[in-house]
Amino acid sequence: MQKDSILNIILVGVGLCIVCGAVISTVAVSLRDQQEQNVIFDQQSKIIDAARLLEVYPSSQEALDSIEEVVVNLNDGQPSSFPPQQYDLDSILRDPSQHTVLNGSEDIAMISVRENLSKVYIEYRNNELKTLILPVRGYGLWGTLYGYLALDSDLNTIVGLEFYKHKETPGLGAEVDNPNWKKLWNGKKVFDENGLVQISVIKGFSDPQSTDHSYEVDGLSGATITSKGVSNLLAFWLGNEGFGPFINNLKNKEIKLSDV
Amino acid sequence: MSKFREILLTPIFKDNPIALQILGICSALAVTSKLYPTLIMCVALTITVSLSNFFISLIRNIIPTNIRIIVQMTIISSLVILVDQFLKAYDYETSKTLSVFVGLIITNCIVMGRAEAFAMQNTPGVSFLDGLGNGLGYSLILIVVGAIRELLGSGQLLGIDILTTTQNGGWYVGNNFFLLAPSSFLIIGLFIWALRSWKTEQVEEKEFLMSKNAPKEVETHHA
Repeated sequence: MQKDSILNIILVGVGLCIVCGAVISTVAVSLRDQQEQNVIFDQQSKIIDAARLLEVYPSSQEALDSIEEVVVNLNDGQPSSFPPQQYDLDSILRDPSQHTVLNGSEDIAMISVRENLSKVYIEYRNNELKTLILPVRGYGLWGTLYGYLALDSDLNTIVGLEFYKHKETPGLGAEVDNPNWKKLWNGKKVFDENGLVQISVIKGFSDPQSTDHSYEVDGLSGATITSKGVSNLLAFWLGNEGFGPFINNLKNKEIKLSDV
Repeated sequence: MSKFREILLTPIFKDNPIALQILGICSALAVTSKLYPTLIMCVALTITVSLSNFFISLIRNIIPTNIRIIVQMTIISSLVILVDQFLKAYDYETSKTLSVFVGLIITNCIVMGRAEAFAMQNTPGVSFLDGLGNGLGYSLILIVVGAIRELLGSGQLLGIDILTTTQNGGWYVGNNFFLLAPSSFLIIGLFIWALRSWKTEQVEEKEFLMSKNAPKEVETHHA
């Protein structure tokens, strides 16, 4: 058969597509479980790190067992009966009936839409809420930072902040992953006595003598926009449009999570 | 045997894909800010170019001339997708760092260039070696660039502190320039300069002669 005949062109083309398609789909299907496992494991490990659970529990599995997932309605701050296992943020953000479009002044974290239901994680110790872990996200310099903020049982003291996905510059904005910087968050306070969100990343170093020291985290040098982005996303998610109502309800004991 | 050795080793210094052919610069800029992702990228590219050379050479006698580029691209992209899938399954951290750049191996001129220039005319075994050699040549430059950038930019090698930076309580103030992509241009430029001073036959002939500077105008007055 002629190499350049039309028949050969069609045969080679179709044959190649079938072979390549078969190989790729076989590999993709057989690796899918492992890949999904990786994504879940990566997020779980960030939740555990944010809440510093490995300082308390001997293994990740025991840490995970202490955590309960709760779906929260962000509009009224009440727990929802939506099953946490079926929660899928991506599909919510695509579905206009399940999210709220934010207007310019509300959208300080620059996320444009906010889900109506959010999934939070609660660590119980001796049947008491010990740590509340909230998913947060907001725009940095190059893209959205996705992370978890862990609050202590007083719902005001930060335990930790971890980002599991971002596109910031290595060495500059990506220093949000620097363990030394992450340590600075531990023990910081979120709300002032009037209940307003005060926590922020400042430019330069926070003065330990200053009255605002407990609300301030040192800025990342060379990464002003990322630092501002982190401040903004915390202000948004802890504020009225975010988890503010839920946190208030918890503080005022207006909800009993054990009923959920 | 010496012929095989030549095919394998020539692309490393004598005919380096980055330094002499100036191919594959894009990923050399993008993934080299840290050494570890650089190494993974080198492995990924070397596997892709070796195997794509092998498979394309295997069917080179039945590939119709009109659609040969499409056939090459299909094989290359399939291999890249496979590499990406394996990376996502077995080294998820690095696959997050490399993100789109693994996929962009498809557009890396080295892979396509070797397929078209070598694999279409040679037997599978030799083509595989050629791919391996070119992959190693690419890796050599990338590792040099990655090591220099990580050391001077973050004071580390493979994440281990060498020069402890001030952020981590040491003395070294990281040079932020080396964390940004343009620094790779500088390092690759210096590498090419060093290589061509050593192997002077790589210096290209001048394509044209520079005209002599026009005589300086005599300054007639001072401001």
